[in-house]
Amino acid sequence: MEFFGQQLVNGLTLGSVYALIALGYTLIYGVLQLLNFAHGDVYMVGAFIGFFVMIGLGGPAAPMVPVWLMIVAMFLAAMLGSGILGVLIEQFAYRPLRNSPRIAPLISALGVSLFLQNAVLLLFGPRIRDYATTEYIPIGSGFSIGSIRLDPMRILVVVLSVILMFVLVRLVNRTRFGRGMRAVAFDREAAVMMGIDVNRVVVLTFFCASALAGAAGVMVGLVFFNVSNFMGFLAGLKGFTAAVVGGIGSVGGAMVGGLLIGLLEAFATGYLSANRPTRSPSSL
Amino acid sequence: MSGDDSSDGASVDGAPVDGAPITGSDAISGDPGSGPETLAVSALNIGTDEWVAQHETRTSTGHGVGARVNALWMSGPAAVRWGLPLLVFVLFPVLVSDGYLLRIGVNLGLFALLALGLNVVIGYAGLLDLGFVAFYGCGAYAYALLSSDKLGVHLPTWLSVPAAVLFTALIGLLVSLPSRRLSGDYLAIVTLFFGQIFTELVLAGDAVSLPGASDPVDITGGANGISGVSGWSVFGFSFNTNRSYYYLVLFFVVVLVLGLGRISRSRMGRAWRAIGEDPLAAASMTIRVNRLKLLAFVVGAGIAGLSGTIFSAVQVGVYASSFDLPMLILLYAAVILGGSGSLPGTLIGAAIMSVLPEVLRQPTYSELLFFVGLVAGVLWILKPKIGALVLAATVAVGFAINIVLLAVGVPYLSAAEWTQGVIGELLGRWLFVPQDRLLWGNVAFVLLIIAVAAFSRMHGRAKMWFLPLLLWLSVFVWMVRLSTEASLTRQLVIGATLVVLMIARPQGIFGKQRVEVL
Repeated sequence: MEFFGQQLVNGLTLGSVYALIALGYTLIYGVLQLLNFAHGDVYMVGAFIGFFVMIGLGGPAAPMVPVWLMIVAMFLAAMLGSGILGVLIEQFAYRPLRNSPRIAPLISALGVSLFLQNAVLLLFGPRIRDYATTEYIPIGSGFSIGSIRLDPMRILVVVLSVILMFVLVRLVNRTRFGRGMRAVAFDREAAVMMGIDVNRVVVLTFFCASALAGAAGVMVGLVFFNVSNFMGFLAGLKGFTAAVVGGIGSVGGAMVGGLLIGLLEAFATGYLSANRPTRSPSSL
Repeated sequence: MSGDDSSDGASVDGAPVDGAPITGSDAISGDPGSGPETLAVSALNIGTDEWVAQHETRTSTGHGVGARVNALWMSGPAAVRWGLPLLVFVLFPVLVSDGYLLRIGVNLGLFALLALGLNVVIGYAGLLDLGFVAFYGCGAYAYALLSSDKLGVHLPTWLSVPAAVLFTALIGLLVSLPSRRLSGDYLAIVTLFFGQIFTELVLAGDAVSLPGASDPVDITGGANGISGVSGWSVFGFSFNTNRSYYYLVLFFVVVLVLGLGRISRSRMGRAWRAIGEDPLAAASMTIRVNRLKLLAFVVGAGIAGLSGTIFSAVQVGVYASSFDLPMLILLYAAVILGGSGSLPGTLIGAAIMSVLPEVLRQPTYSELLFFVGLVAGVLWILKPKIGALVLAATVAVGFAINIVLLAVGVPYLSAAEWTQGVIGELLGRWLFVPQDRLLWGNVAFVLLIIAVAAFSRMHGRAKMWFLPLLLWLSVFVWMVRLSTEASLTRQLVIGATLVVLMIARPQGIFGKQRVEVL
């Protein structure tokens, strides 16, 4: 039972991260019918931004700002940075291809992914970065329910992702922008005729999707510590699987799918093989 | 050149009967080899779509040096056009005795084989198969298992190679069976996952629990791979030098080109292309879409399996890392760069994509390539006079920045420390290379990306004013940072090329522009 509970916690943490990535895929696919293969790399860049903000601001010896402010700054910077990156990618790699055969943006996305991975490698070197959360963010060791330990970072990750998802759902369902987004997803030409600025909707969609990915990157760093330039591809694949499992294009589906994949991975890792993270792709 | 294999089918079979106009996707590929007179005449009785499709051909004849050379080349008979390059490749090992160059030749041949196989899947049938490299790996591992000490099996080549190819083709069939109803994106995802599963299985294959065996059995060697794979040996002749493998690969490339050329013109090839254009329309023309899709998959997988067997024999071993994502992207880059669907295009794309990385590995060559490319690119795209002005301005910018940085007192490297050769002599006087190459290079790299982004937003005159600065910055980044990181630069260049290619010329160098009929 103890083992089960611990895996459940792990699964929930992983699942909320995957759900955030999956949401990005779903949003972009919904609006443009485009598989954004570079999404995983945007997430990786987000993790790096968070890492450098952490190193820049804090330090176990001489914290420049209070810990809570540092965490907020990490998330904000990563979300903003990733969001802008996503918008740039859209502008330069996808927009010129919007009316070309469907294979063109896919190939372009592969190119962007390769470019981002290696650009980060060039800039920051091949060293795997360690978030060192326990030193930088000393907020207790959490508490226990029975024999299941809940450390604060995991709680933070789950709560924060729920908040982000809630905000996103409100955004999609209740705002003018969300209405535009749904209209474009439904029928782009009709949306244009109704006076919706499609480009603006697409840019905002890319911003939201990439910001979510950036937040997910910071979360992974905080909980699982290691950040490297190749982390994006696999996470992107899992996020995409989650989006597909939940039904691509559907916001609720992406969340459920993400949680499902996260739980599946946690239990599969826990019960089946001790040292190999499964790629759980057979669920397709 | 692209007319060789892709146009004949459509223009012969789709020839208008009694001058009736052709419409729809049948008419898309015209014959670019025909002169302006025939075009003008045929314009009277062809459909609008074909007229649109030929837009590029009509406008691109007769401008510049490149077009004239091309026209001269195309006017020669097909035997010469194919025979001349073939002769060069046949003579290559006779003229060259350097083992390294021969090895590059073998790799080029293997890459060409793979590209030809992928071309069947994506170029003809239009199936986005992102697991293609896994088939390559299947063939390589199957051959390695059948002819190494791993399982203690050493089958003769005439048995092991067909077995490996058939096995790979079978895997291809198994993968394509569940995905035959999928199209486009979903097929891409399923096959991408297949590629991942393959790597994962191979890596995990060093401890397989077989029923009946108490201990886990090591089959694939995990991350260590399989070493000591014996070479090919046919009719008493055993292949053990790079030269012999070079000719083996060349033989298969020639056979495949001839075979695929025939298939491409056959009923099946035309059906494949029809599916690639529009599966629905193809189905309504009574083409058996599902069956042909499977066939394309299987043929592609078989070719990949064949090149896998040669690969593992040449390498005397197989390792899972050879069949990972970078290889896939490189392969796609080759097929798409050349122009998917065109045989000569595929071959040339494969040549570029397998030789380019080797060239980029050597600093002196990569420098030369970079500068020649830069200057040629500027002169090619801009009008000659403006191009010369821009280049002169770039030189001036370089000197100006030199003066500023020297005045500020940034520590720099003397020319002898970072360059050599004739270009280096000139460059040493012009380019400022700071001592802290890492920091300056990284900052400049980020600036370059921003500058390129800004450049693409500019219009008209501002663009011309900005261009010299951009050029200088790219030279700076290249010399200061990128030239020290050969393997990284390769990936960066390939990634950027894919994006730029998709935007500028999605049909590739020799491919044909698709005309979307709305």
